[in-house]
Amino acid sequence: MNERAARLLELADDELVVGWRDSEWTGVAPTLEEDVAFSSIAQNEIGHARALYEVAAVELGSDADALAFDRSPDEYRCAPLVELHLLDWAHTIARRYLYEEADGVRIEALKSSDDAELAGLAAKIDREEVYHRLHAELWAARLREEPRFRAAVEELWPHALGVVEPALRPELARRVGLAEVAAEERGAHRPELAELWEEMTEVRRSVPGAQW
Amino acid sequence: MTAEQVWDALAGIPDPEIPVVSLVDLGVIRDVAVDGDRVRVELTPTFLGCPALEAMRRDLAEKVEELGGEADVRVVVDDAWSTDRISPEGREKLRAAGFAPPAPRAAGATTLVQLQSKAFRCPYCGSTETRLENIFGPTPCRSIRWCESCRQPFEQFKTI
Repeated sequence: MNERAARLLELADDELVVGWRDSEWTGVAPTLEEDVAFSSIAQNEIGHARALYEVAAVELGSDADALAFDRSPDEYRCAPLVELHLLDWAHTIARRYLYEEADGVRIEALKSSDDAELAGLAAKIDREEVYHRLHAELWAARLREEPRFRAAVEELWPHALGVVEPALRPELARRVGLAEVAAEERGAHRPELAELWEEMTEVRRSVPGAQW
Repeated sequence: MTAEQVWDALAGIPDPEIPVVSLVDLGVIRDVAVDGDRVRVELTPTFLGCPALEAMRRDLAEKVEELGGEADVRVVVDDAWSTDRISPEGREKLRAAGFAPPAPRAAGATTLVQLQSKAFRCPYCGSTETRLENIFGPTPCRSIRWCESCRQPFEQFKTI
């Protein structure tokens, strides 16, 4: 696999998996407003994944659905941050905040990439991400002094650094206001990803070729 | 068949989610090129996760086939569409149907100040005393606002 395809899959897998994790709050978020927000954000993230898989599919002679659902869990290239199955609100908001900051740094770099197709898509994605960052930053501002939230941000910080390539980490650290530490790198997956994969691919595996 | 005839026909296709505006009003049809019977239509999504995209693609193809053409509908995902491409007629139709049209894009990035400004007029009573209730709404392209004057919630088309 060439470098471009590998990079596209990293991005797409992050967006698919974080979107799926966000969607786990549909119906059970602490307030109705957040239920709507998480559902809408999840829909956007999965939409970004689809657009990225489509570009990767041309590169790899595949199709977007096959890339999203027909690989085995160990073939996914997503970052550890998005895989975590988080059950409390402080960690969930900490992840949303850290993921959006990391994704913001990454998208900004992609927008000025020499790869015109990817730069155009990144700019399109960024128009939507503005609203995700706004949501995450409002929550982060509100919870900043709460010990549970601060502890969650610190706990997830190495994972957030692992979302972006090393060259972008100083910028991420500057935006979040934390010192750079050893990152939780992409690579080995947690058992949580395999559990998510079971659910995410269930329809595709039980009814091959299903359309809906 | 000319490109004008195709544009005229496409102007009659309602948006699948907000049928008061047409796909042409929304500005999501980027280009129409006619080559004999072959009609290539370029479509761009509003939001990448918009579930109406497939319905739009199908409606466009059906309309071209009604004209006797062979449709080639392509989805283009670059950065050329923004809510500024919604036509003035489209904005008025949105307002009349109870959706506050999107604010024009500022020269720079969207800011919190812009979102909290009172530029959004209530589509029911015309008051500008409105506030943002939720950035996110029933579809990716809409937010929820609240009118302090007539005390009703209304939907606002997001600026992107």
